[in-house]
Amino acid sequence: MAPILKLVAQRVALSLLLLLMVSVLIFAGTMILPGDVAQSILGQSATPEALANLRADLGLNDPPVTRYFQWLWGALHGDLGTALTSGQDITTAIGSRLSNTMFLAFWAAAISVPLAIFLGLLAVRYQNRWPDKLISAFTLTSISIPEFLIGYVLMYLLAVKLRWFPSVAMINDSMSLGQKLNSIALPVTVLTLVVLAQMMRMTRAAILNVMQSAYIETAELKGLTMFKIIWRHAFPNSISPIVNVVMLNLAYLVVGVVVIEVVFVYPGMGQYLVDHVSKRDVPVVQACGLIFAAVYIGLNMVADIVSILANPRLRHPK
Amino acid sequence: MSEPLLKVRDLKIGATVYAPGEPPKDIEIVHGVSFDLERGKVLGLIGESGAGKSTIGLSSMAYGRGGVEITGGEVWINGRDILKSKLSDIRRLRGGEVTYVSQSAAASFNPAKTIMEQVIEAAVEQGKFSRREAETRARALFDKLGLPDPENIGARYPHQVSGGQLQRCMTALALCPEPDLVVFDEPTTALDVTTQIDVLMAIKEAIRDTGVAALYITHDLAVVAQVSDDIMVLRNGDKVEYGSVDQIINDPQEDYTKALVSVRSINHEEKAPTEEAVLSVRNVTARYKGTKFDVLHNVNVDLYPGQTLAVVGESGSGKSTLARVITGLLPPSEGEIFFAGRTLTEDFKTRSREDLRELQMIFQMADVAMNPRQTVGTIIGRPLEFYFGLRGAEKRKRIIELLDEIELGESFIDRFPAELSGGQKQRVCIARALAAKPKVIICDEVTSALDPLVADGILKLLLNLQKIEDVAYLFITHDLATVKAISDNIAVMYKGKVQRYGSKTQVLTPPFDDYTDLLLSSVPEMRLGWLEEVIANRKMESAGN
Amino acid sequence: MKNIPISALIGLFFTALFFLTAIFAPLLAPYGMAEVVGDVWEPSSSEYLLGTDNIGRDLLTRMIYGGRTTIFIATAATAISFLTGTVLGLTAAVSGGWVDQVLSRFIDLVMSIPTLIFALVVLSVMPVTLPVLIIVMGLLDSTRVFRLARAVAVDIEVMDYVEAARLRGEKTMWIIFREILPNALSPLVSEMGLRFIFMVLFVSTLSFLGLGVQPPEADWGGIVKENKDGIVYGIPAALMPAAAIATLAISVNLVADWILNRTTSLKGGRG
Repeated sequence: MAPILKLVAQRVALSLLLLLMVSVLIFAGTMILPGDVAQSILGQSATPEALANLRADLGLNDPPVTRYFQWLWGALHGDLGTALTSGQDITTAIGSRLSNTMFLAFWAAAISVPLAIFLGLLAVRYQNRWPDKLISAFTLTSISIPEFLIGYVLMYLLAVKLRWFPSVAMINDSMSLGQKLNSIALPVTVLTLVVLAQMMRMTRAAILNVMQSAYIETAELKGLTMFKIIWRHAFPNSISPIVNVVMLNLAYLVVGVVVIEVVFVYPGMGQYLVDHVSKRDVPVVQACGLIFAAVYIGLNMVADIVSILANPRLRHPK
Repeated sequence: MSEPLLKVRDLKIGATVYAPGEPPKDIEIVHGVSFDLERGKVLGLIGESGAGKSTIGLSSMAYGRGGVEITGGEVWINGRDILKSKLSDIRRLRGGEVTYVSQSAAASFNPAKTIMEQVIEAAVEQGKFSRREAETRARALFDKLGLPDPENIGARYPHQVSGGQLQRCMTALALCPEPDLVVFDEPTTALDVTTQIDVLMAIKEAIRDTGVAALYITHDLAVVAQVSDDIMVLRNGDKVEYGSVDQIINDPQEDYTKALVSVRSINHEEKAPTEEAVLSVRNVTARYKGTKFDVLHNVNVDLYPGQTLAVVGESGSGKSTLARVITGLLPPSEGEIFFAGRTLTEDFKTRSREDLRELQMIFQMADVAMNPRQTVGTIIGRPLEFYFGLRGAEKRKRIIELLDEIELGESFIDRFPAELSGGQKQRVCIARALAAKPKVIICDEVTSALDPLVADGILKLLLNLQKIEDVAYLFITHDLATVKAISDNIAVMYKGKVQRYGSKTQVLTPPFDDYTDLLLSSVPEMRLGWLEEVIANRKMESAGN
Repeated sequence: MKNIPISALIGLFFTALFFLTAIFAPLLAPYGMAEVVGDVWEPSSSEYLLGTDNIGRDLLTRMIYGGRTTIFIATAATAISFLTGTVLGLTAAVSGGWVDQVLSRFIDLVMSIPTLIFALVVLSVMPVTLPVLIIVMGLLDSTRVFRLARAVAVDIEVMDYVEAARLRGEKTMWIIFREILPNALSPLVSEMGLRFIFMVLFVSTLSFLGLGVQPPEADWGGIVKENKDGIVYGIPAALMPAAAIATLAISVNLVADWILNRTTSLKGGRG
């Protein structure tokens, strides 16, 4: 088992390195560009003295490298700085929003992942017949419309015309789970629709790829039933491609959340990020960017680690 | 007379082809073939690619691969027509009464399960044996098939055993359920020649000891002659000839069969080295970047003008690496190469245009050796333009001359590679090499991907061109029959070293060293009883296993 | 040009229609782009075919001008993305060695941040103008083109015909333009269609978030943003761009599919 543990450790180390590089990139991306933070906070009418004081307060006179390490050091200790516009502590502000976003993403994943795998299997089972064609037509349509428009179309039909769900997704801590779920029903539906198509198509491709292997033919020529062929021979070899598909789409879901939160005025990370991009509140944008990138890198890492663990050549070395 | 085990009548098989950009087309690939197979007998199905031999073999399991479908006829096994059976009955047939051994065991084993699980699966599933009985049976089969450590090899995963061993495991898998019929589909084609003979012997003994009937599918008549009782020769989905092994080998009736039997009987008189060598490899040692292992060890060979040096060896012998070193694709770590009185630089990038022109190369896979978006005219014309500055009518005239030399003719000038057959493609590649008017052409396994008769045509063409153009060949191959047909000198390579080197007669005349003996004796010969003789006389354990 | 399948014809027709409308927008639009002509959110009538928007501008006019902006930005960004991605990708594949390593690792790094998030980070400090928008979108997207171009070129690079050309003594430029590019073209062209669609969706999303095209300029994402408050009152003005974007995207998809099929089935095609 030693070589496989080494590979996993390497993969984890690589992700951490990647995250560090990403933090550099995000920090540099907001530094090298024109624009003076102090000026944008105080506005054009600010006196030179006020600007100089604020710059000193914010540490803007330090060299960028020093500022980067201060920022990184803070971030590692859970201190993401203070928002320029409101003066609020960013870590506190993000806390509850992050859990709201996770709540939304969790339910979207909980519905879309099993559904996508089931429909993907269905498409394989009825390959080139009508269920398969229906699924690919649906895929083409859904990747041709941006998420936010799917959101408004559903809002228009389900919330405004049919009045099944509320059109905005307000949630707060005093609500019961049932109330919360009712409130996020629409955004969850939209997110599910958005990732479902891709996930289905990729699951179908992954399973078809395995089903075309010579060992599946061997199993068929042993006279096994379709169910046993899939369960014993296709499934063990499909785990890693399917996990990859799921992780890739969850990563995509994380990005979709940003836009959907804006559509449904949902108090989460996405809404928070977009608001502060418009206000040019750099520390908030940096903090949110880092968190989104960390989730994204983490999901990709999990996919790779599952691939390593599921590979029989690595699990049973020569 | 008792009913035969397998009775095939007027079998027709169709396939749907999906040509890109065109609507799918249905074509017939087997046109009404009939034959019988008695219990305990072995029928060899032989033919070139596209003959329909695998398709016919699989029809005995009522199975069509990919878009293939059985469209007509009858296939009777144990007294019932399986083409009219229900799916559940067909399932009992597959893996119970009839089993299958494929060409590539490496792909046919599930990588995620142990060998034992897969070997006993059909036997247990079909209710023929209990799990414990099946495992005992499997171990006995492993032992009979000559697998090392038969008690424990089943616990390994497919990637943990060698290719030759896995092919024998696949045979165990097929024999474990005690079937009435086994379909062997080119079971030794992917193996090296010294490994092939062991697997072949193991299969032959297993068939004899278990008394199972078999369909043995191959393109190699010499191989099938060793294991079969009867042979059916197929071509383009039709039966050409059907008879006992003795009759087919010793008294073939049809022209096509005669051609197959006499394949590689080109008689080439070796020439004595007269002048200075045109290409000399001196003390060359080489390894691939980032490895610590020499793939070539102190190699010394000479090639004389207008002659052929055959470099022969199995996979991993370093013969293709030698070609890469000479062409300058892989700089050697030690040693020198002299060419036409000059010293060649190590890297082809630093060689003069004259050096590059005079040393040409022909590749194994003609398919990928030609740019699919260039016409034959462009492909052959480019060296003319590049080295000699020929343009327009002058260039066209020379292209047509070259096309005539390779026996294709002017009409091919505007065709794309995809419109050519395998043999035609290789001819165009030969013309491209000749266009540079080289002194030496390196031929890397140029006939290995071709059917035997087509390969023969290419060899004859190469010999003929050698006379006309006075070009020398460095001919790299794993096939000793090819070596005999074309060479003046031979270098036998084994594990990166030249094991034996000299004129054709010297190399092929005893006394041999152990490896050369093993290699020469492993090449199937087109006569009955050859396999038994060889096994009886074995001096050295097989090299690759 | 015979034997064009019906799906490709439909795709070609609509794609052409959209591009022509974009080019001739000032001639086709019934009113001025920012001209307030009626009441807020008037329903469709013979005067205003699609009704009016949140401040009483003609919606059809806004849609036509919006399409012009959206298609222009998407086209320009696709061009940048393609040029950068293909040139760098082919260079990486043909050079190999450290050039390939440095380029590939840098692209891996950029791609480890979701594109939208990266765009938001950059746009939070950059002035949001059309050139900035086009360059940011184009460069971020070129990472995907880079990966594809490199992968395709690496596959072709190991083919024996490229080796044969090298051994003949051909220069690097010949190898790239005569041997590799003609064989890499069909996957790249069909990818271009997909990238264009992605750009349309991307710029619409940015504008919807208020970080893309700035008012009073019209674009499809912006029209959604301006009219989204009408949704709760049952006014579907904000949904108009959905139909336009979906039609354009599906049409381009159909054309891209057809090009991929057509070029691979040429008699010189692969496979």
